Amino acid sequence: MGTRTAIAGLGFTHYYRRGQSQPRTLDELVGQAVLAACADAGVPARSIDGFSYFAGGFDTGLMCEMLGIEEIRFSAGLTGTGGGSAGAVGLAAMAVASGQAETVVCVGANQQGAQRFGTITASYAPSPENAFFAAAGLVGPGHLFALLARRHMHLYGTTREDFAAVALTLRAHALGHPDATMRKPLSLADYMAAPLLADPHCLYDFCLENDGAVAVVVTSLERARDLRQPPVPVLASCHGGAGEWGRSIYWMNMPDEVFASSGHASVARQLYRQAGLGPQDIDIAQIYDHFTSQVIMQLEDYGFCARGEGGAFVRSGAISLDGGSLPVNTDGGQLSCGYVWGMTHVREAVEQMRGTAANQVAGAETVLVTGGPSVLPVSALILGRD
Amino acid sequence: MTIAKAPPYRLFTLATNAWTAPYWEAAARGELVAACCSACDHPRMPPTPFCPRCHHQGIRWLRSSGLATVYSYTVVERAIMPGMEAYLPYVPAVVEPDDLPGLRLVSNLVGMELSELRVGLPVRLVWHRTQEGVGLTQFHLR
Repeated sequence: MGTRTAIAGLGFTHYYRRGQSQPRTLDELVGQAVLAACADAGVPARSIDGFSYFAGGFDTGLMCEMLGIEEIRFSAGLTGTGGGSAGAVGLAAMAVASGQAETVVCVGANQQGAQRFGTITASYAPSPENAFFAAAGLVGPGHLFALLARRHMHLYGTTREDFAAVALTLRAHALGHPDATMRKPLSLADYMAAPLLADPHCLYDFCLENDGAVAVVVTSLERARDLRQPPVPVLASCHGGAGEWGRSIYWMNMPDEVFASSGHASVARQLYRQAGLGPQDIDIAQIYDHFTSQVIMQLEDYGFCARGEGGAFVRSGAISLDGGSLPVNTDGGQLSCGYVWGMTHVREAVEQMRGTAANQVAGAETVLVTGGPSVLPVSALILGRD
Repeated sequence: MTIAKAPPYRLFTLATNAWTAPYWEAAARGELVAACCSACDHPRMPPTPFCPRCHHQGIRWLRSSGLATVYSYTVVERAIMPGMEAYLPYVPAVVEPDDLPGLRLVSNLVGMELSELRVGLPVRLVWHRTQEGVGLTQFHLR
């Protein structure tokens, strides 16, 4: 992908607590983020000629009706679920790099008034494949990922204190962000006193459930240089994963060697190869944090520490804005700032590379963004500075 | 003493297709079976139309004694949707049948004290039959 493409515009809504975005409609939230991203870039919304989505996406025809778009030349989404958030930016970049379209908007949004994501597993229509886990009472992603977390603890001695280190560090980051949903400090005593929703995961190991939308405008790096904002080059983005990961949490028959992982290892290899970079070159990471345990497993899969050492890594302070070698989720992440199916991580990465983040990391030149560990495809993105 | 209950089975609706139906037919008879490739013996659960190793379509059904080992588990202690309250705590688990190497099943640990739970625990199959006649696996302490 080189550095031929860049993020030229960023738009987002308020991060509402679950259900509190009503009476606004979901398409209204999406439109608000898209219009804000276009205004930020300084391009008219009618000139959008492509959309890139993930997790089912939105109705491009309706977007055209709603926003007065003149002509669409690209409309596509990654399959799967929240695994595609970071990779959807790469999909937009591919459309631009191949000449299919010039101004591609990547947008993600959720509104959880009717269906909260905490029980989304139970909302799936009964299927022959899902029958093999659904009877067990695994009604939410938190239950499924708890099975991986328990295995990680068994294999490597990972502890609840390690999970707590992620929750506490990200809460500390959120306290410095004006848009963060969670505004109070979190102590280890608070963490340990919280109810175990799905042992070993307690309340604070689960991400927030917000309503909101985030959009970015992707165009060529050359054109982005003539637009309103400093370009944020797309250094690499890819999606996929090793076939042995399959439906992962809905299958539970991944090979023993990778069961207690995030399923990102092959995407990490591909991403670093594409960027010509390695983990030592990454300054900041926005790691998809639906669960604290999966932050630990992604840090392992992206090579910031060896497999099994993620717990010690996060407890060492390495992921903290306060002197850590790899500040992680510098806005507070989905655990404490806001949850928009991974797109809040894209927002924070863009702001960090522009130098305008609320918790700006001085001198940061590269940022890793990951999509949610889930079924294949999972995805990732590296952004840089022009 | 807190004993693991059976999960909220009434939230479950069985769907089957031509490939998975034999599993559920056996379960209704109280037999635990698992699919493997009839050409190369590669395990294949849930059963799909092709063997991932040799792409042969035929399936041989292996019968299991129901003795198994706990691979991982979680204790669900909080209702996150209506209909769960009366069933807490329940314990979803991944178990490895001792006589079906390379295969894991998702099931529940039931009837045991929560403090006894651990990875590696030897367990045995007990069938639960729903009002609709669907056979569901539970695993109890051996």
